[in-house]
Amino acid sequence: MTAPAISVKRLRKSFGDFEAVKGVSFEVATSEVFGFLGPNGAGKTTTINMLCTLTKPTSGHAEVAGFDVVAACDDVRRHIGLVFQDQTLDGYLSAEQNLRLHAELYGVEKSVVKPRMEQVLRMVGLWERRDSQVLTFSGGMRRRLEIARGLMHSPRVLFLDEPTIGLDPQTRASIWGYIRQLQQSEGITIFMTTHYMDEAEFCGRIAIMDGGEIVALDTPGALKEAVGADRIRIETADDERAIAALGERFGLEATVSEGAVSFAVAEGEAFVPRLFAELDVPIKAVNLSRPTLDDVFMSHTGSTIRDAEESAAKNKNRAVMQVMAGRR
Amino acid sequence: MSDARPEPTAMASTTEPVPAPAGAPAPPPTVQVRVPPRSWRSEVRAVKIVWRRELIRFQKDRMRIVTSLVQPLLFLFVLGSGLQQLSAASTHGVDLKTFIYPGVLCISVMFTAMFSAASIVWDREFGFLREMMVAPVRRSSIVVGKCLGGATVSSLQGLILLALAWAVHVPYSVGLMLGVFGLQLLLAFSVTAFGVMVAARITQMQSFMGVMQMIVTPMFFISGALFPSGDLPGWLAFLNRIDPITYAVAPMRTLVFDNLNLSAEASHTLNPPITWFGWEVPVALQIFMVFALGMVMLGIAIAEFNAGE
Repeated sequence: MTAPAISVKRLRKSFGDFEAVKGVSFEVATSEVFGFLGPNGAGKTTTINMLCTLTKPTSGHAEVAGFDVVAACDDVRRHIGLVFQDQTLDGYLSAEQNLRLHAELYGVEKSVVKPRMEQVLRMVGLWERRDSQVLTFSGGMRRRLEIARGLMHSPRVLFLDEPTIGLDPQTRASIWGYIRQLQQSEGITIFMTTHYMDEAEFCGRIAIMDGGEIVALDTPGALKEAVGADRIRIETADDERAIAALGERFGLEATVSEGAVSFAVAEGEAFVPRLFAELDVPIKAVNLSRPTLDDVFMSHTGSTIRDAEESAAKNKNRAVMQVMAGRR
Repeated sequence: MSDARPEPTAMASTTEPVPAPAGAPAPPPTVQVRVPPRSWRSEVRAVKIVWRRELIRFQKDRMRIVTSLVQPLLFLFVLGSGLQQLSAASTHGVDLKTFIYPGVLCISVMFTAMFSAASIVWDREFGFLREMMVAPVRRSSIVVGKCLGGATVSSLQGLILLALAWAVHVPYSVGLMLGVFGLQLLLAFSVTAFGVMVAARITQMQSFMGVMQMIVTPMFFISGALFPSGDLPGWLAFLNRIDPITYAVAPMRTLVFDNLNLSAEASHTLNPPITWFGWEVPVALQIFMVFALGMVMLGIAIAEFNAGE
């Protein structure tokens, strides 16, 4: 087995009092598609920024493509491609000029600039539009162009920070197509963050991040298996009484999230008739689902990804206000 | 806590169908690229491409070329023609427009250079700065490229005003053209470096433009671009001598006036030598000061960008 493409040991980052990343450790193998899943504010972007040499870790150690992200940050930069969450193209330039600029900045050998550009632009379906100003591109086209740009210098690791956020389903699908293609044709290691549960399933392995920590790390299949049970969500007239009754009568632990009582049970289909017969709280609606990554997230963190996002946003705002107050 | 289990073999275990890109064509042959280690050549390439980007953008932004001509032309023709009625007696027969012309040559490059530096703030706002900051090159190469680009663009803009020499009774000559262009290049470089230095700290466009206006406009007015710096009241003479722009305007005026046939009287009134406590500052030293200041500010800008982000 070759050396891992990324290896991280007890990586930590704090901003003032706020600890954004609380000592994470993991390894990513060469040509693996590795996903970082978690709500906004979980520390995904901070971790990615440390791996890309954009942010200095507070402590801990990380290697990307065999180079230390602090001591050899230039070597790291030469071997990684980056696609940021917000777009970083020059709208005044054409697609081709943007790629050429990137090639020059990365010192790509002059003779291969043209063929490589054609290859990556054809891959993302923008070869015909290469002379158009980027200002005239749609959001999806820009994201595709950014992926092409990130590939101009044949990186060994491609970092994608929320690559499909805010895109239409078709573009999202094609971006996943490129990712698969890349992995097969160039053996690139892909490290991506997402907070779309359905997308995380395309990854080889997933690390679930919450509150600056990795709470679970495995293949999507294994993560779901570990949850095991089906999940039932019911809307009732009185949630508190329903939770108490579920506990007493069935020995089930239920929680309220997003306005519904939810709990896990081994054989959901068989359980629903019993539920209606025996629960003395009126049920308004019922929903049964097979385990998804949402449930995995829920079982590890005790909240849905949306709830986690809201509380993370509050924490972050508080931290930002503290930092700003501290400056005065 | 985080039970990271390195399981590199887990890759193939999920074979969920992935929707292929629309009409997926056969993948084109892979062109592998090797990024060479950092060398001085890669730095030169980086400087060059950042410089060229400024030129491309300038060329595409016709509007900016026109709008930044308005202010200098107002000074030259409106202020120059208007005040001529008052001043005719004391300029020894020299047209006020001719007198103001060297100052206007300076102002045109100053304000264009300011806008060039402002583009770094735009770049940050639109994210492009990040693309340059993560490239495997020194940040200094990017800052130098930016300053050279700003200087070039501003001097090209200055050429338009240089072409107007006939309208203010200044005859054309090769020496004049080259000299003016060189001085403009130098001044534009220093002002851009100053702007980039400010842009490293101030990250919002509105505050940036505000700060620049607040600093550059007074410097322009005090510099003597619009009046001779001979018999000024004490406080203004003091401000005038510590204003760096003074040392760009004075050589520019000397250069232009040397091309005219002026009476000694007129020359002495309108272009008095710059003095420090009675000592005449040589033109070469003046030019050198502008250059040195530009380099110092470039150094500070580089240090700031190295430390930041």
